[in-house]
Amino acid sequence: MTETNTRTPAPAFLETYIREQRKKKAILLMTHIVMGYPSFDACFEIVRQMVDAGVDLMELQIPFSEPMADGPVILKANQAALDSGATVEKCFEFAQKVSDRFDIPFLFMTYGNILYKYGMDAFAARMSEIGVKGAIVPDLPPEEANDYLSAMKKHDLSAVFIFSPETSDQRMKMIDTHATGFIYCLARKGVTGKETQFSSDMGNYLARCQKSTRLPTAVGFGVKEKADIDFLMGKADIAVVGSQTIREVAQNGVNATGPFIRSLIE
Amino acid sequence: METINATQIANHFMKGRYMKHRGYYGPFGGAFLPEILVATFEELDARFRQAKADKHFWEEYETLMATYSCRPTPLTYAENLTRHFGGAKIYIKREDLNHTGAHKANNVMGQGLLVKRMGKKRVIAETGAGQHGVATATMAAKFGFDCTIYMGEVDVLRQRPNVFWMEQLGATVVPVTDGTRILKDAINEAFRDWVTNMDTTHYVLGTACGPHPFPEMVSWFQSIIGKEARAQIMKAEGRLPTKVFACVGGGSNAMGLFQGFMDDPVELVGVEAGGEGIASGRHASRLCSDDASFGIAQGYKTYFLQNSDGQMKETHSISAGLDYVGVSPILAHMHDQEKARFEYATDTEVVDALKLTMRMEGIIPALESCHAFAGAFKEAANMSTDDIIIINQSGRGDKDIFTVADALGDPKWKEFICAKAGEYKND
Repeated sequence: MTETNTRTPAPAFLETYIREQRKKKAILLMTHIVMGYPSFDACFEIVRQMVDAGVDLMELQIPFSEPMADGPVILKANQAALDSGATVEKCFEFAQKVSDRFDIPFLFMTYGNILYKYGMDAFAARMSEIGVKGAIVPDLPPEEANDYLSAMKKHDLSAVFIFSPETSDQRMKMIDTHATGFIYCLARKGVTGKETQFSSDMGNYLARCQKSTRLPTAVGFGVKEKADIDFLMGKADIAVVGSQTIREVAQNGVNATGPFIRSLIE
Repeated sequence: METINATQIANHFMKGRYMKHRGYYGPFGGAFLPEILVATFEELDARFRQAKADKHFWEEYETLMATYSCRPTPLTYAENLTRHFGGAKIYIKREDLNHTGAHKANNVMGQGLLVKRMGKKRVIAETGAGQHGVATATMAAKFGFDCTIYMGEVDVLRQRPNVFWMEQLGATVVPVTDGTRILKDAINEAFRDWVTNMDTTHYVLGTACGPHPFPEMVSWFQSIIGKEARAQIMKAEGRLPTKVFACVGGGSNAMGLFQGFMDDPVELVGVEAGGEGIASGRHASRLCSDDASFGIAQGYKTYFLQNSDGQMKETHSISAGLDYVGVSPILAHMHDQEKARFEYATDTEVVDALKLTMRMEGIIPALESCHAFAGAFKEAANMSTDDIIIINQSGRGDKDIFTVADALGDPKWKEFICAKAGEYKND
């Protein structure tokens, strides 16, 4: 595991961490869980196995009742988590527990309303206090992110923004000026958890992404096997595996997590 | 190639005045969009601005509505109801006489013309009660677009006749099994389709909600209601009404009527779904209950019925069309600015208003519209005979026979359905 002290403040931390890890690995792996799905206890064990198998970063999703950018797998996980009593408070407690215990950076992924209802500044302060390094909030584009950005900045947290294949070069550059940590590049149109064609078109798009940002890039949406990750080597710094790990757990149980992650990187 | 064109158009407009207007009404509105949809919305906004600036577009729209949808719809003097209450003179704006039976046609046909201009070939829509779905399927049939309608599974069950017509009109109806399986979930699902298929597809959002420019665009098409109503009442009475009433779900028919009287000394009254009563918690009142709070969902900021974590609550109304967690950001702003007053009507009051209107005027308002009637009936008797009120009858109730018959608890209807079910069983 990394020697980097994850207690160093973000956002410089996150970018530096990624660049340091990249010296050791051709590509990093970021995974995604929905907190509270299938249960907080199961989530803890999933995180443990993921870290043990060599995951470099993790997104912890705070479930929301209207996850408009998520596809069927993560959508159902959001609902199931809420139905079984996941609250924002319990998610904070969980995040604190894993960030205390495991030596990789954790990020929150959620929707704007969760931060908004908690209070942007209070939310960022709490993230900072429990050691979560940054956040990905897909329905807060830079144009709507003033309060969010100042809160994240105030508490030294990374605000990760998103590029999509529909984003123009000019807009990518605008987004880059607001982003910290890394840029999350959507591999394709659509929602999470559907098929993606890893093709030369995507190679061109990822080259465009890399050219438009000063930050490391992560690629997500549809990454689910080793071949996908091999394809992304040299084209991005981080491969994001989201829906597929949730599918694995649903189909094969919590203990399938470690072997699945190892199958991706070994 | 269409992607590049859309992006180019959006870029062109981003350089100019576009960035100035992001669809805020006070603190409400905005465009809380996933990055993947930003370019699509910029293209839509650009095309909408072009259309709005082009008076030929509005003429084309009015001609289409006159020849296809019975516009202008009449303003009916409700003489018997007026006598019954003995107060204000009651007029009814007859949006029920639109083709497909509701004001929804105004918005849908307008967006259809815009889709033609954008060169897209497929439309998608969400629907609650089914009116917007039927209207969209109708528009798609007329203009030759492929059409997919997302409808919460609960609504599919309570509105089978509308599903039947959507399918007959050539649309694919997709029951949404996620979330609370009603209108808001159908909206989420339509967005999920759109983020995949935006190159070929336009999302015909049905109400004055959602990310900019939808609240403005839908309100603009619906403004035809208020424009006509104002001219009609001036012709009939030579003076303005004292108050106008409209039901409020998402808020498009209310926005339509209110826009005719924005600069007039006319009280604008929106009536929300009180369900089983505000105290019961089973309602859909965002503006006139304390249960709603400021939030961000489905791409815009408004008052939502949500818990303290920001999770949306379940709503309840006798009418599927008002059963929604959010409300038009424009109406939310008017509420805070006290430019409009908001009341609620309970399910029971709504059924009473329906019965009375049918008996006294031979008019069958949709259960949604009955909220406006119920709201007006509470106030009409206490007004002077010199006062005039206009009630917006946003839709007709006869086509919702299953829901209305249930609401009225008609035993003969039940008997008929059981007999019919028996016949099908023996087929």
